Amino acid sequence: MDWEFILEKLLLITVVVTVSLVVAMYATYIERKFAGFIQDRYGPDRAGPFGILQPLADGLKLFFKEEVIPSHSNKLLFVLGPCLAMLTAMMTSAVIPWSSPIEIGGRTVSLQIADINIGILYVFGVVSMGVYGMMIGGWASNNKFSLMAALRGASQAISYELAMGLSLIAVLMLSGSLSLRVITEQQVTGLWNIVYQPLGFLIFFVCALAECNRAPFDLPEAESELNFGYHQEYSSMKLGFFLFAEYINMFISCALIATLYLGGYDMPFVNEANLSGSSAAIVGAVALFSKTFFLILVFMWIRWTLPRFRYDQLMNLGWKSLIPLALANMLITGAVILWTMKG
Amino acid sequence: MEALTQRSKPVDRSPMTWLERIYLWNIFKGMLITFTHFFKKRATIKYPEQTRPFSPVFRGLHVLNRDEEGRERCTACGLCAVACPAEAITMEAAERLPDEENLYREEKYAAKYEINMLRCIFCGLCEDACPKDAIYLSETFAPANYSRKSFIYGKKDLLIPNPVTNKEEYDIAKGLIEKKKKKS
Amino acid sequence: MSITHLLFWFLTVLALGSALMVIFSKNPVHSILWLIATFFAISGHYILLNAQFLAIVNIIVYAGAIMVLFLFVVMLMNLNSASIPLKNKWLGFAGVISGGSLLLVLTAALKDTEIMRNDVMMKTGDIGLIHNLGLVLFKDYVLPFEISSVLFLSAMVGAVVIGKKD
Repeated sequence: MDWEFILEKLLLITVVVTVSLVVAMYATYIERKFAGFIQDRYGPDRAGPFGILQPLADGLKLFFKEEVIPSHSNKLLFVLGPCLAMLTAMMTSAVIPWSSPIEIGGRTVSLQIADINIGILYVFGVVSMGVYGMMIGGWASNNKFSLMAALRGASQAISYELAMGLSLIAVLMLSGSLSLRVITEQQVTGLWNIVYQPLGFLIFFVCALAECNRAPFDLPEAESELNFGYHQEYSSMKLGFFLFAEYINMFISCALIATLYLGGYDMPFVNEANLSGSSAAIVGAVALFSKTFFLILVFMWIRWTLPRFRYDQLMNLGWKSLIPLALANMLITGAVILWTMKG
Repeated sequence: MEALTQRSKPVDRSPMTWLERIYLWNIFKGMLITFTHFFKKRATIKYPEQTRPFSPVFRGLHVLNRDEEGRERCTACGLCAVACPAEAITMEAAERLPDEENLYREEKYAAKYEINMLRCIFCGLCEDACPKDAIYLSETFAPANYSRKSFIYGKKDLLIPNPVTNKEEYDIAKGLIEKKKKKS
Repeated sequence: MSITHLLFWFLTVLALGSALMVIFSKNPVHSILWLIATFFAISGHYILLNAQFLAIVNIIVYAGAIMVLFLFVVMLMNLNSASIPLKNKWLGFAGVISGGSLLLVLTAALKDTEIMRNDVMMKTGDIGLIHNLGLVLFKDYVLPFEISSVLFLSAMVGAVVIGKKD
């Protein structure tokens, strides 16, 4: 066993986990500020300069809240729900290439936790596990509203996973690989996938919104009809885990969209080949993070613009619009690839 | 039916055009609208630092007035208590002693004067009823407190500072000069 | 005992143990959760055999989609151990016989195959990798593959027809 390799990976995992936690933390702050600005308010501005310490205050508040476990709930599953939600949210970050390999002391260190040849499918597998956190949590609370919201959320996630997968197949046909690193490297040398796949990007983006339970697809936590959704009975940090997992999901899915369609760690108008290894890695990380933040801002922008879908509208959009569109997109892509290969 | 306001718009029930049906364009328009709000003036007033100006007819907490020589104007006639629709005012009269002429303007004065701020509806009828211009409604409102008892304001809460012996506080109460910020 | 062996035995115990828990747990929701654990253990075995594609598809399709539907039904029906009616004892008898004969057939079929004699190929086989699997599916087994896809298509059409009927 190569101990340096294990150490390097452990370090990378720690960094990635910390970064996604901090980003998720400050995403809550940015979200509230953003909402404030859109609604002609200031947003949080009391804790620290410009309210910059607000996430810390929120976190502390959640830690010190009383922990309520409903008496007729299933205790084990009740605790398992938020744990699963958090776990699956964090696990997705393992296959995203955060930048091009960096060179430290003669060693080439890949800035990707695991480059497995089924990278995309791994993401899908973990995302499909994320449904269980919601369902188990909703069911174990022993509350009808929580259960309804959990079922809604699960059916929404399953429906949109389909369209997401179909829109992705077109990208995979273009790249011929399931590994996220290969897909990114193709975009670094060639054009970004959004140029070839504008429709696929749009479908994937909409589905990502739905998978993250973001407005206008935030039916699982529809306050107006289901009280507070599947985490209604949760309090203290267990509630915090659910809410936090949503923000981590948002960060990871934005990073994924950036990797798949927006060139990953490719900085536009810069030829990475001319840069030395380490500086290329830094430029790449900056590029990926700025793309991710831009996408997060768009997510928030959409949330504070659009009202929530009705449930039948949601299902209609998913099954009757997005899936046929994704299928058509897939067929056209396949036909064009065949045609260009012949010609 | 005749339109009640000029702003009402009839609902457009014509079938959606293709551009409207694909939904995206309208989403984009909505997002542009929210984006313009980024640059609009904020409606928030940051309360403890900024306060909203009161209207000139605002009726707030009561003040018992003094005359120019710093003597209490109230003679405990009880007209304000009679006028009060909420029965918030109670008082006890007392006779002025010979050596108290610099304290009270008339021979009779209010030894005890209480307003229950939880009952008071800030209608200002006491102000209208007073023949001696002794009671006024100021531009402040009752601060929050933990006990009901603390909302029964006695004479020491209501009386304006003495303009002769305590000029500075009097001016602050009148709003003539700004209150100095606390140094803490 | 290398790490792979340790993992193999751990996953085996996990798979068999959670499969037993599926049968023995009183609460149907717990049963389903144990079944999901079983699927994970089996996927772990696939990964040990270097069949990552099969492993992840097993998780996505079975643990991710089908089990969610199972959970849907069980949660909505709100099954309790008390509400399950007592079964006919002949039904239990028939179950034991049919299950036993299935076991018999499986052991008889597996006894003669080569797998029993060879050691399991750990980390060496590459048939489970997506590239090779795709080639095999679309070259050698293209007809059965297409026929089964037609089967799925007809199932989908049937579902749509049932859904359309109001």
